[in-house]
Amino acid sequence: MAQHAITLTINGEWEQVVVPSQMTLLQMLREKLARTGTKNGCMAGECGACTVLLNGEPVNSCMVLAVECDGMHIVTVEGLMQDGVLDPVQHTIIEHGGVQCGFCTPGILISARALIDRNPDPSEDEIREALVGNLCRCTGYLRIVDAVKDAAALSRQAATL
Amino acid sequence: MTINAHPELPEFDYIRPATLEEASRFLSDHAGEARPLLGGTDIFVRMRDGFWHDKYLVDVKNLDGTDNLHFHPTAGLTIGAGVNMNRVMTMLEVQQYYPVLAEACRSVASYQLRTRATIVGNLCNASPAGDTIGACMLYDGVLKVHGVDGYRDEPLKTFFLGPGKTVLKPGDIATAIQLPRPPAGSTGTYIKLGRNTWSDLSIVGVTALGSREPASASGYSFHVALASVAPVPLEVPAVHSYLSENNITPEAFIEAARLAQQACNPIDDVRGSARYRKAMVKKLTEKALLITLDRLEGRE
Ligand SMILES: Cc1cc2nc3c(=O)[nH]c(=O)nc-3n(C[C@H](O)[C@H](O)[C@H](O)COP(=O)(O)OP(=O)(O)OC[C@H]3O[C@@H](n4cnc5c(N)ncnc54)[C@H](O)[C@@H]3O)c2cc1C
Ligand code: FES
Ligand code: FES
Repeated sequence: MAQHAITLTINGEWEQVVVPSQMTLLQMLREKLARTGTKNGCMAGECGACTVLLNGEPVNSCMVLAVECDGMHIVTVEGLMQDGVLDPVQHTIIEHGGVQCGFCTPGILISARALIDRNPDPSEDEIREALVGNLCRCTGYLRIVDAVKDAAALSRQAATL
Repeated sequence: MTINAHPELPEFDYIRPATLEEASRFLSDHAGEARPLLGGTDIFVRMRDGFWHDKYLVDVKNLDGTDNLHFHPTAGLTIGAGVNMNRVMTMLEVQQYYPVLAEACRSVASYQLRTRATIVGNLCNASPAGDTIGACMLYDGVLKVHGVDGYRDEPLKTFFLGPGKTVLKPGDIATAIQLPRPPAGSTGTYIKLGRNTWSDLSIVGVTALGSREPASASGYSFHVALASVAPVPLEVPAVHSYLSENNITPEAFIEAARLAQQACNPIDDVRGSARYRKAMVKKLTEKALLITLDRLEGRE
């Protein structure tokens, strides 16, 4: 069984890890590095609970090999908060009550952050399309969509300050 | 008993060759136990479900220009094997000259899956349900392939042999899909009938592409390709001939849709029955042709 020594950043910190070929990015985060914010819902690319940013773009971490991430930059839900301040998507999802059991939330937050980064003023349809790969069994999505709309507005305000 | 619908990946060795020559040689030396890896979005599912047992996955991303996405005003579009679908569908020239390809990409799975999924992977996986295959066929796509004897071209029209089967041999690596520049003003649509609006594999998929064609009796050229209704992705030449020779009227579109229905040979599966699929091919082909005409005439 081939082992690979890889180097990557996770939420801005450099990590050196030795991983077997078949270990996914999701397994490495949860089982090797104890970053359990990222969730394992299906291991099939369907539910989005495992979504993280890989070089700034969202991916299903259950569908990426850890060894493929050598030299890359990963952001997980634990990395959204900056200097003790919640990211606007975290702040508004709490305000709107967009969290029930919370299992989908880390993936939703990452997809939402990525959407606002590429499209600062998304329409409701654009928000729904960007979240199509993030399943939520609890909330019915309405509060999540409203939260993302408000988070985009907050992020735009912060950008003009 | 524990129920584990999607187990961990089985053991294999991940190989990252330095050159295409090395990659082709390795794949050829290990025929039957090695396969090329791009996004892995098909491979990992098949391995977890126990259908594929490869000993080696050979990563062909980032090899000798497989990461290039390039539009040339005369030569057309070259999409490197490693280029993900989000990159393709957001490229300005793709939206302008190959709108049907952009639309087809957009129908695939979710944003985060498309960060990994590639068009070349979709083609090489050769599923009759592959959403981007119809557009690549109708845009006259040619795969650039690197094998143990060097480069060659494989036109998509003769590429697919059956579900999951293509003309590729051990050692062959598709390095890019090339799409010549389409006729000025050409446009069309991709209609995907899934169990939900987004993110499911198609029950039926209809790709339509049209342009004005002064040399044909009708003054138009229309092409149609069908997904999920035959063992291979299916282009229907009868639609093209009929709509080149006859006046373009709503009735002509109904007759062309009947020809598409006649050409397909669907099966019953979990997503839909053969009878339902046949009925939908007719309805959706007619609809796709009407949308294409509207877009050609600037009515949409
Ligand atoms: C949750 C989920 C949803 C999906 N939804 C859709 C959908 O809506 N529509 C759709 O069409 N597909 C869908 N798929 C299937 C898959 O995402 C696509 O087929 C994708 O385009 C495959 O690309 P890839 O780069 O991931 O290929 P890979 O998985 O890396 O490879 C696919 C196949 O091609 C071979 N191959 C790869 N690269 C090469 C090469 N360079 N030369 C020769 N052979 C090669 C591989 O060995 C393998 O057999 C879905 C998959 C998942 C997991
Ligand atoms: S755990 Fe990765 S998509 Fe569900
Ligand atoms: S809050 Fe429970 S799955 Fe979304």
